[in-house]
Order: sequence, then C-alpha cells, then structure tokens
Amino acid sequence: MKTRARTVVRALGVLLTAALLWEGYKAMGQATGGVWPFTEVALPVRTNERSMPHTWDIVMALFRPARRGGELLLLVLVKAALFTWRSAVIGFVSGAVIGFGLGVLFARSRLAERGLMPYVAASQTIPVLAIAPVLVVWGGKLGLPTWVAVTVISAYLAFFPVAINTLRGLRSPEVTATELMRSYAASPKQELWKLQVPASLPYLFPALKIAATASVIGALVGELPAGMADGLGRAILGFASSFSAAPEKLFASVLIAAMLGIGFVGLVALAERLTLPSLSPGRAEPEVVPA
Amino acid sequence: MSGTAAAVAMSGVGVTFGAGRPNAVTALEGIDLTIQPGEFVSLIGPSGCGKSTLLRVVADLLSPSSGEVRLGDRSASEARANRDYGMVFQSATLLDWRKILANVELPLEIMGFDPDERRARAREMLELVRLSEFEDHYPWQLSGGMQQRVAIARALSFKPSILLMDEPFGALDEMTREHMQMELLNIWQTTGTTVIFVTHSIPEAVFLSTRVVVMSPRPGRITDLIDIDLGLPRRFETRENQQFFELITSVREALRRVDPAVSEPWG
Repeated sequence: MKTRARTVVRALGVLLTAALLWEGYKAMGQATGGVWPFTEVALPVRTNERSMPHTWDIVMALFRPARRGGELLLLVLVKAALFTWRSAVIGFVSGAVIGFGLGVLFARSRLAERGLMPYVAASQTIPVLAIAPVLVVWGGKLGLPTWVAVTVISAYLAFFPVAINTLRGLRSPEVTATELMRSYAASPKQELWKLQVPASLPYLFPALKIAATASVIGALVGELPAGMADGLGRAILGFASSFSAAPEKLFASVLIAAMLGIGFVGLVALAERLTLPSLSPGRAEPEVVPA
Repeated sequence: MSGTAAAVAMSGVGVTFGAGRPNAVTALEGIDLTIQPGEFVSLIGPSGCGKSTLLRVVADLLSPSSGEVRLGDRSASEARANRDYGMVFQSATLLDWRKILANVELPLEIMGFDPDERRARAREMLELVRLSEFEDHYPWQLSGGMQQRVAIARALSFKPSILLMDEPFGALDEMTREHMQMELLNIWQTTGTTVIFVTHSIPEAVFLSTRVVVMSPRPGRITDLIDIDLGLPRRFETRENQQFFELITSVREALRRVDPAVSEPWG
C-alpha cells in the first residue's frame, strides 16, 4: 500500500503548509502593524490573537477543558461531531437511495425526466438555511422527533448530486453495448444490473463524495433551528457567541467539523476502492471533491 | 440443404428514417436476399449504402419500414428472443469491469446457464480463439486484435447458428487484420456457423466470403451478387492467387458502377 502512505504524507503536507501560511501571514501582519509590507494597505484579516490565534493555541485548546472543571474540549467536540454524524449518515444513506432511485427512473423514462427534473433542479435553488426551519416546524407539527427533520435536511442536500450522476452514469454505456444486451434479448432488469449500474459506478462515487460533505452540512445547518444541543452545529454557534473571550475554541470546533467532513469523504473513497478493484487507465480515479 | 429453410431470408426490406417528414431518409429499399446455412456472406458498399443498417434489421435491433426478414423459420424478433444469432461490432465492446472469462460468460449469464456450464463453455470458446491464458486479464490489458477475438468468442459462446459482424476488423492494422481473417475462417469452418459480414475492404470481402453482396447508396440497394468460388479452405497463398485478383477486380468494377466518385478510395 505504497500509494496509501503517499496519500497520508501528502495530506500531512497540506496541513503543514496551511499552518505555515497561517503563521507566516500572522507574523507578517504583526511585524508591519497590520498592513501589506511597504504599503499603507490594511490586511484583509487582522492578525491579532482574537482574529487569528496561533495554530498551536488552537490545537492546545482541544486538550483543555471546554468549561471550567468540565470535559476536554476535544472530547466535547468529538461527541458532538459523532452526534451530528449520525444524522448525516442517515441523511446520506436515504439521500443516496432516493437519488439513485430517481436516476434509475429518469434513465428509464424520458417522460419522468422531463416532468420531474426541473423540480429536482429547482429544489436545490432554495437555500438550505431557508428550508431548514420550515422542515423543523413541519416535523414538530407532525409529532416527529427532531432528528427526523435534521436527517431530512441532510438528505435534501445529499440526493441531488447522486440523482444527476446516476443518470449520467446509467446513460454512459456506448450504443453498441446497449445493442449487445438487446441482441442477447436481455430483460431491462438484466441490462440495468449487468451493464448500466456497473458502468455508472465511476460516476456514482464522486457524487457520493459530494453527497457525504453535503449531508454533513445539512445536518449541521439543520441542528440550528431544531435547537439540538448535542450536535456540532450548536457547539459552533455557542463558541461563536463567546468568540471574543476564547477565539481558539471556535477555530478548534471548525477544525473538528472539517475533519468530520473529510473523514466521511474518506470512508466513501475507501468504499470506492473496495468496489472498483480494477482501476484501469480508461477509468481514471475521480478527484476528491473539496469539503 | 434441400428442404431446410434458408438461414436468412429478406424480402422487400426497406428502412426509412423519419418517415413522413420532409427530411426523411430512405436508408434501404427493396432488399431481397436469401442466405443458405453455412454461407459466409459479405456486405460491401460505399458509406451510406445501409449495410450496417441491414445487419441491424436482421438482428432485430431496428424494425424495417417495409418487407420481411426471417431467420430460419422464425421472424427476426422471434429469432432475437430465441438467441439465434451472435453479434460482433467494430469496437470489441467488452465490459471493462469484467475479466476476459467473465466477459465471455456474459451472454450465458443472461441466458440463465448454470455457473459450471457457463465457465466450461466460456473456456472452450477462449480456447477456440487461442486466448485461454488471458482469462484472468482485464480487457484493457489486451491488444485491439485480442479484444476482438474475445468479442468473437463471446458471440459464439451460446452456439448461435448465425454470426452477424459489423466491420469487426475495421479498427485493426493490416497485419493483425489478415491474421484475424484466417482465424475467423477457421472458426467458421469448425463451427459451421452462417456469417453475415459487413466490411469496407474489397480484399477482405473476397478472401473471407462464399458470396459478396455489393450495395449502392442513397437509397441502399443490392446491385450485385458475386459468388466467390475460391475453394476451401482458404490459405495464405490464396491471396496471391490469380483468381483472387480477378475476383477483387470484379467486386471493384461492381462498386465503380455503383458510385464512380466514391469507389476511388477502395482502389
């Protein structure tokens, strides 16, 4: 697994570079008094301890109690992240299933595609911040537990890329491959499972990676109007309000949120590697979508 | 052969794309052609003469606008449902997530053969095309010629009585191509399959066939039927034979009559 070692080294390199840039910018700002060198032009972000705490302060904050005498911040944030992740996973799975189902439906029926696709596309133009409270209110009226609304919001963001790419993937086999299946008098079901679905996997996995990050965002955003105290969304909001007192705690929670997204995408990438063992030259490895 | 039905019988076959519209295109018109079991028939003609279209009509991948196609005593659609023919395209069309053996097994899988029989038949076919040692490779690890041999093995795996080939060697280099032609002739003689073979190449049509069907474009019609009495089996030396050149000349002349302007590229 040489490539895996290289991936880890590369990821650490990126992290280190980001930290160096952060610290370099901060050092520059403090040396010049907050302006670009040799100019009077102010830097876009202030470099004081409040706006940009030292990277090591952020990391150290993780290993100090979140509240006086309480648990370590890291522990609090990881628990919150896992709580949010649970909603995200349910949202991701249901979103992926719905997206895949829509893709299959659209691939089968031009009529369904023409009739429903505009609504599917339009659904994504409604900001999630606007729709989240509505769903939470509706869920409450129906007497559903709050996490249901959160997973629905998560699924709402996750299904779209899956639906679009499933459709593209199912339509990807060349005409002759379709003719070949017809020459065998294959049933539509056989054509779907033996030709179209395997052919769609290289399209499906990048979509699942996007869906993984989208489902985390959906869960985070959904927790806010839902008033879920245990999730990462609420934790970030809490640390944002006490920003001036302890800025490093906010940055630490952003770090954990990022790691949650990256970790989820990594899991999908792992599933991809196990499902597509034959990474042929004609089957380029799809790029990982940034969180 | 007496008393048995023709392998393929077409009568009055016509295909019009976009019928009833101002931009309707008549791809085929008045095609009558009878092919006996065990024949090797090539369809040749300039681009747009509808030879591939005709092959698709026989395969029931396209319904004719007029006329009738019968394969043995079945209609084209019954024949497809009955898996009476195997098809090979210009691109090998192997499924690149399946290993070679699994690619050859694909039709058998669809047709519901049990796994042991599937494997045995696929191995037998790979032996026929001399690719046994590659059964665990992926398609992209094989050369174009080898991929096309896999496609032939796949088409024959369920032992269809008819093999339909749409410019199968069109994308191969000359040397591989001649090699593949010998292989195909061997397979044809071993299996006794009836072959309909679409090609652009005059020497290929003459070398392979027992009969060459010359077609004209706009609309696609059959203009000549040329019997190729070169004898069997064909050998490497057949290509250097005087009669071979004479037959090539007569096919070329027939194509020139069809369309003087476009027959030049085949010179």
